[in-house]
Amino acid sequence: MNKVENNKAWFLVLPVVLLVAFSAVVPLMTVVNYSVQDIFDVNTAYFVGAEWYREILQDPRLQDSLVRQFIFSFFVLLIEIPLGIAVALMMPTKGRGASLCLILLAIPLLIPLNVVGTIWQVFGRTDIGLFGWALTSIGIDYNYASNPIDAWFTVLLMDVWHWTSLVALLCYSGLRAIPDAYYQAASIDRASGWAIFRYIQLPKLQSVLVIGVLLRFMDSFMIYTEPFVLTGGGPGNSTTFLSQTLTQMAIGQFDVGPAAAFSLIYFLIVLLVSWLFFTTISHLDKAK
Amino acid sequence: MNWMAWTLPTAVFFISIAVILICMTVYEIKSPCVERKGFLPIETTRGDRLFIGLLASAYIHLLFAGFSEMSLWIALGISCVWLAIVLRWG
Repeated sequence: MNKVENNKAWFLVLPVVLLVAFSAVVPLMTVVNYSVQDIFDVNTAYFVGAEWYREILQDPRLQDSLVRQFIFSFFVLLIEIPLGIAVALMMPTKGRGASLCLILLAIPLLIPLNVVGTIWQVFGRTDIGLFGWALTSIGIDYNYASNPIDAWFTVLLMDVWHWTSLVALLCYSGLRAIPDAYYQAASIDRASGWAIFRYIQLPKLQSVLVIGVLLRFMDSFMIYTEPFVLTGGGPGNSTTFLSQTLTQMAIGQFDVGPAAAFSLIYFLIVLLVSWLFFTTISHLDKAK
Repeated sequence: MNWMAWTLPTAVFFISIAVILICMTVYEIKSPCVERKGFLPIETTRGDRLFIGLLASAYIHLLFAGFSEMSLWIALGISCVWLAIVLRWG
């Protein structure tokens, strides 16, 4: 029997195509247009070619922000991924304890970003904040508003507090999906706790971890609100990340052309990293 | 369309991208591709290779614009050659 090919179903995705076109593609095209022009107003624009790209790529402020951004994302992944796995492994598997842990872990994820920044801004103060007061009480000279190392420490700690739950919840769901037969086989072989983790749990968590790493990388790479509320990018520019530099340029100075070029470079970095992660996930699935 | 601040080069750029996508769609309908492995370390479809080629081309242009004084026409030439190589042997 010949199968009749009917492509009319493609029309069903037309609304989504139109929505994406107007919410993403058209604005992106506009940004490309702006990035090659010196724009003063709607009617006054001069074509400058790749001038803004040249200026942006050679701008020490952008280069510093980019380095800071990669360092920040590196530390976020370095701390949150192992910590998330450890928390998931230690969580109870059933009963009320499991439900309670899940609720407690979900709480930080429900708090709006600017509120998280405000909480830690108060929490870290040495005069009225518990965290800042506790550190200074035990003799540590801590002040996130004036010391760049303290500011970095606080921003990282805030991110770890806010987002480790996500990794833990992902890992927890991955761990619960491992059939009991694996553990029974390990028990028969008298496998140690480390061997179970290394040869059963970690391989089974691989796909979940790639998603976790992707989400945490993307989110940390685009971080804006929390450090902006907590430190305002300071002291100096020590906690000014890419998004904040971009916002200063686009809104603070109203340099639309350079900001558009900056946005596209930022977009290309995010696109490359996303594609690398997506390819990794796809090939892990295929390998299985 | 005034708010989009079109210029001739950007219009040509987007028209080229649109033409490439249309050609690839027609080519795919006429001759559906299968995943294969070339010199790239992963198995790729025709669309994958196009994406890799275009993304790499964007980076080639950025390298030329940001870190050399050479004309972007050279970057465009290198990108076209790279795109052709990836599509054929990638």
